[in-house]
Amino acid sequence: MTTLDVIGAVLLIALKSFVLLALLLVFIAYALLADRKIWAAVQLRRGPNVVGPWGLFQSFADLIKFVIKEPVIPAGANKAIYLLAPLVFATLALASWAVIPLAEGWAIADLNVGITYIFAISSLGVYGVIMGGWASNSKYAFLGALRSAAQMISYEVSLGFVIICVLLCAGSLNLSRIVLAQDTSLGLFGWYWLWLFPMFVVFFISALAETNRPPFDLPEAESELVAGYMVEYSSTPYLLFMLGEYVAIMTMCALGTVLFLGGWLSPIPFAPFTWVPGVIWFALKASFLFFMIAMVKAMVPRYRYDQLMRLGWKVFLPLSLISVVVVAFVLKLTGLAPGA
Amino acid sequence: MTAAAAFFYLFAGVAIASGFMVIAARNPVTSVLFLILAFVNAAGLFVLMGAEFLAMILVVVYVGAVAVLFLFVVMMLDVDFAELRNGFQQYLPVGGLIGVVFLIEIVLVVGSWTIDPGLVQAPLGNVAAGESLTNTVALGRVLYTEYVYFFQLAGLILLVAMIGAIVLTLRDRPGVKRQNIAVQNARTQAMAVETRKVPSRQGVEV
Repeated sequence: MTTLDVIGAVLLIALKSFVLLALLLVFIAYALLADRKIWAAVQLRRGPNVVGPWGLFQSFADLIKFVIKEPVIPAGANKAIYLLAPLVFATLALASWAVIPLAEGWAIADLNVGITYIFAISSLGVYGVIMGGWASNSKYAFLGALRSAAQMISYEVSLGFVIICVLLCAGSLNLSRIVLAQDTSLGLFGWYWLWLFPMFVVFFISALAETNRPPFDLPEAESELVAGYMVEYSSTPYLLFMLGEYVAIMTMCALGTVLFLGGWLSPIPFAPFTWVPGVIWFALKASFLFFMIAMVKAMVPRYRYDQLMRLGWKVFLPLSLISVVVVAFVLKLTGLAPGA
Repeated sequence: MTAAAAFFYLFAGVAIASGFMVIAARNPVTSVLFLILAFVNAAGLFVLMGAEFLAMILVVVYVGAVAVLFLFVVMMLDVDFAELRNGFQQYLPVGGLIGVVFLIEIVLVVGSWTIDPGLVQAPLGNVAAGESLTNTVALGRVLYTEYVYFFQLAGLILLVAMIGAIVLTLRDRPGVKRQNIAVQNARTQAMAVETRKVPSRQGVEV
């Protein structure tokens, strides 16, 4: 490869990343609005409706508001780590999107170990939270950070086993291959959400806990910890934390789509439906998962901390461990195991 | 210079620099954060060698789990940083001597290191000629066929360590209210609510 080729390849990747980033951020701006609108609708409120028609520009107004505010750094804070934490959090959240296939062949990096990459990156997200909570030099922030770290580590364990169940069925760690493994003549019913339904439920709930969403938003429980690890943050650093959180939620939606809802595949496997571009199916499925997450936020009361830990360690961990064994046995006995 | 070489020098350089910062940083929390940076760069070096599965596992296990616990403990410690620095001059000769001994040993070992040519071929013996494997598959085949007993043994050792840690730290404190979810869920209206006729001016025994 000549130098020119290398530069060309780098530029192409940069261009792809930029387009994906722009699309993702616009999508998230509207996901945030949808989140608030759904929440409001459940509580018979109108939600944001002032900025633009039906409040459509609300997120952009919020963005401008955050950016032009003054960033306040507490006097006792460790300045470098304090400012690094939101950057780490947002960057890592965005980094997962490099491997997610939005349609056939539409991944920036189609890694062979794509799923482990996402798992590794999402397990790093906890650093942003701990660093932010510690560097703020405030007890509420630190308590929030400790809670968050324990919670994220606990649910990562069962999330890992859920992913292993899917991997056993798909026979690959490559996200595109996992989607293609679900491409059967059964359409919608050939995807793993049906065959691994208990695991889909565990995945969904663990995703809520992993991204600190209600009912597991104990790290930022405003009734006891004010706002948890972000209590001292303002302006753009706060915006980055919020952004990172929503990007992480969308990552979980995308991951759920890839692992359980057949990625870019059409739910009905014949003519007019298969003409629809895969990326539209992908967006629809991810939006559906996001809708469910938003509904959970509106409907379910917050868990108590010990209940959260109990659910993670005493219910989900044994359940997902047993599932790995059962799935492996069934695949082996029926000869359905890929590559067998 | 090719792109791979450039990345190698980047990762290796940052890894060594952050390794140095681990021991040079004033604040222990900063030390741990540099240690994490060193881990991540080591993972980058693994990727350059084509061992992407190992790289990801390194990040998941060391960075995602072990280092988080380090960070936890270090943040909770009440360390007087100035006092830690006090003995630096005094211990420098001893520490330096140990460092030099280590360096010589490592140079000797690495310098005389050769890999048995039989060993390179043996584990991949069951791969058909011309078959290309991702390193996840290759690793799985070796680990679960050739070395399955060692693999199980390693798992057992970890299990014993885990049980040991639980036994050492588990204590049954009296007087702690515990929630028994099964009992709570088994409660019915008949068990929880009772309707009594209250005779006038007499009350009831509860």
